[in-house]
Amino acid sequence: MDALKQELKENLIEQLNLEDMSPEDIANDDMLFGDGLGLDSIDALELIVMLDKNYGIKLTDPKEGRAIFESINTMAAYISEHRSK
Amino acid sequence: MGKGVAITGMGIISAIGNNVAENYQALINANKGISRVEKIKTNHANDIMVGEIAYTNANMEAQLKLPKSHNYSRTALLGAIAAKEAVKNAAIKDISQYKTGLVSATSVGGMDMTETYFYDYLNNPEAQKYIDAHHAGDSTQKIAQQLNIEQSLVTTISTACSSAANAIMLGARLIKAGKLDRVIVGGADCLSKFTINGFKTLMILSDTYNTPFDEHRKGLNLGEAAAFLVLESDKVVEAENKTVLAYVKGYGNANDAFHQTASSDHGDGATLAMQQALTVAGYAPGDIDYINAHGTATGNNDLSEGRAIIRVFGDQVPDFSSTKAYTGHTLAAAGAIEAVYSVLALQNNVIYPNLNFNTQMKEFNITPQRTLKEKALKTVLSNSLGFGGNCSTVIFSKDQ
Amino acid sequence: MKNVYINSVGSISAQKTFDNAAFLNDITKYHDNVIPAVNPVYKDYISPAAARRMAKGIKMGIVSSKIALNEANLDNVDAIITGTGMGCVRDSEKFVRAIIDNDEQYLTPTPFIQSTHNTVGGQIALELNCKGYNFTYVHSSISFESALMDALLQLQLDEAKNILIGGVDEHGDHTTEIHKIINHIKPEQVGPYNLLNSKTEGAVFGEGANFFVLSNEKSNSSYAKITSVQTYNTLQENALKQQAIAFLKEHDLSTDDIDLLILGNNGDVNFDVFYNTLSEAFSKTPQAYYKHLSGEFNTASSFGFWLASKIIKTQTLPEVVKLNGVQASSYKTVLLYNQYRGENHSFTLLSQC
Repeated sequence: MDALKQELKENLIEQLNLEDMSPEDIANDDMLFGDGLGLDSIDALELIVMLDKNYGIKLTDPKEGRAIFESINTMAAYISEHRSK
Repeated sequence: MGKGVAITGMGIISAIGNNVAENYQALINANKGISRVEKIKTNHANDIMVGEIAYTNANMEAQLKLPKSHNYSRTALLGAIAAKEAVKNAAIKDISQYKTGLVSATSVGGMDMTETYFYDYLNNPEAQKYIDAHHAGDSTQKIAQQLNIEQSLVTTISTACSSAANAIMLGARLIKAGKLDRVIVGGADCLSKFTINGFKTLMILSDTYNTPFDEHRKGLNLGEAAAFLVLESDKVVEAENKTVLAYVKGYGNANDAFHQTASSDHGDGATLAMQQALTVAGYAPGDIDYINAHGTATGNNDLSEGRAIIRVFGDQVPDFSSTKAYTGHTLAAAGAIEAVYSVLALQNNVIYPNLNFNTQMKEFNITPQRTLKEKALKTVLSNSLGFGGNCSTVIFSKDQ
Repeated sequence: MKNVYINSVGSISAQKTFDNAAFLNDITKYHDNVIPAVNPVYKDYISPAAARRMAKGIKMGIVSSKIALNEANLDNVDAIITGTGMGCVRDSEKFVRAIIDNDEQYLTPTPFIQSTHNTVGGQIALELNCKGYNFTYVHSSISFESALMDALLQLQLDEAKNILIGGVDEHGDHTTEIHKIINHIKPEQVGPYNLLNSKTEGAVFGEGANFFVLSNEKSNSSYAKITSVQTYNTLQENALKQQAIAFLKEHDLSTDDIDLLILGNNGDVNFDVFYNTLSEAFSKTPQAYYKHLSGEFNTASSFGFWLASKIIKTQTLPEVVKLNGVQASSYKTVLLYNQYRGENHSFTLLSQC
């Protein structure tokens, strides 16, 4: 699980061009959207593609993403349970 | 100032008809033009529905009598056909008799050819003629050529889904300021893999018929279309004893300044655009008889636009409907095709049904017109709202 | 009708033009036929969070806008009007490539969103929180002049006080490659000062963003007065001189009244003939050119507009832009002419204020 979380942080930084950040700057329970990392709805769409491409998880409604992408913890938990690759 | 801006001709090609008459028949008979995509090979063919025009490129090339060496994109072909119908409809014999300009709108431009020949350009000399057809101004230059407009003001606006409404607005301003006597205004956009996939990444494409202002709306259907209006000054109308179809009475443009692709929750930009248009027209909200809404059937647009309409009209919201269920969302052309529909509504005193509506939205209690309604109309307000926060409103009227 | 003034400028180009205190005193000489804009430190103007998804065109547009707003001492404007020939072309290329290479799978929204032509104008509005009028013109070499024409219309009629206008275009690898194939970019290296003598097809391509605050109120920072702009979709070479004279006559001017003619020559042997024709018609007038400094792009004429503004304000004509040896004691009335590949011609008339 820790490896997955580390991987998620690295992917997040690369996918979303968070140039000035390193994985250590993101705590597992940091809020990714809103007041936390400040991600927005376009980032959410980018993350939905990442779920599909890297883990074989297809979301059809962007609203589903809200709970999943709350933090690294919630993402990792969802991916472990639903991944197909 | 205070000069009238007369509409003296219209032309259109859309998924519900190849000319003005066919479009009107489809509108009053509730015939929608939405189907599975046929002319574009895409992996998403079974996941989406579109408003595709029946003509193939070859059909249109023949109609325009283009030489084999031509490099018209589908956008240019559609635009040329609609613009020629508009000029014919306005009974213009010699286009250079008056100072005539062209303001067109497109977002796709020649992308259909670019995506087809992207890698071919590197080693296929036959495809290379389309390299120059890519940029957005190219289709406009070709339309001008088709209309024999020379040595004049010819330009292109691209403000996403509000583009053609802005072309109408600029045209009206140029006439009012006396810069031009006549201006052909409108827009054209063809379907492309680029836009299909682009909107797919935004997850706002419906997998079935789009349902504007419905609680369970699932997103938009993309469409392709072109439409043009001939705007003429009072001077031309008087000198030529022209039949006036309607007047461009008001217009407004504002920016939501909220988000790159989404509208603000309460439709700030749309509210400002409608208020400005009313001010320019010298109308109170109560003077509007029908609203042709942008109504794309995305969750975000219809909520934001609906709230903006309520902000402007209070508890006196006029009859409103979206015609996107007929044509799909035709992007940069939408403002022009809905301008043609607005003028037809005025001419025939009808309000078109908002097709596919079943369930009232829970956020507010305004309901679109669901059946064809005959009603004496004097004014129609048309909204066009786009990415980049671009919000535009045009008001058409029987009054000068 | 109210007078309209250029109250400030902001330029990002292949030269180091982003510092308004300088004026072409440190020229970068290029030998390539595709020349990049000199980047300012974007982070000084745009927060990292906002910048992370921005294409170069957006960054150039926002920063040159901010430079112009700062100089005009304004936080906001009544309208934002942008000209761009191709928009954020790199993202357009990226998205088309992704569609083809990945067979329409795993596509992400950012390059599509950036591809929308009005993305620069929209992002400037977002940065400034400007809810005013916002238009984007996309008509080849008159994209910028269309924006200028629109702003003039509003300011002359007093419908707005301050309007931000600009032109912006960026390079894209694929676009460059295919334009080399069809000889729109010169095949051989010509170097900066031989551009006009190259006798070959094509131009040297550049990129950049030039933004301006226009106002119907003169200020301490005002550069020049804008008298008029006129665009023509077509113009025959043999009608060019007459058209120029007619344009000047509308403003009660003749060729003798022009203190400086600024031409958009790009060294393309097939199309520079238009410039040569006009150059001959103004043989007694000092003349300047600039595309050897900026490169050619759809909104390169916005760099010409920047050059004219600086010349009028500073009353100096840098040696590097001189096209002929004719001297003038002052630069009060300046005419600009531009076209690209024989289409989309424009005349712009500026004067000292």
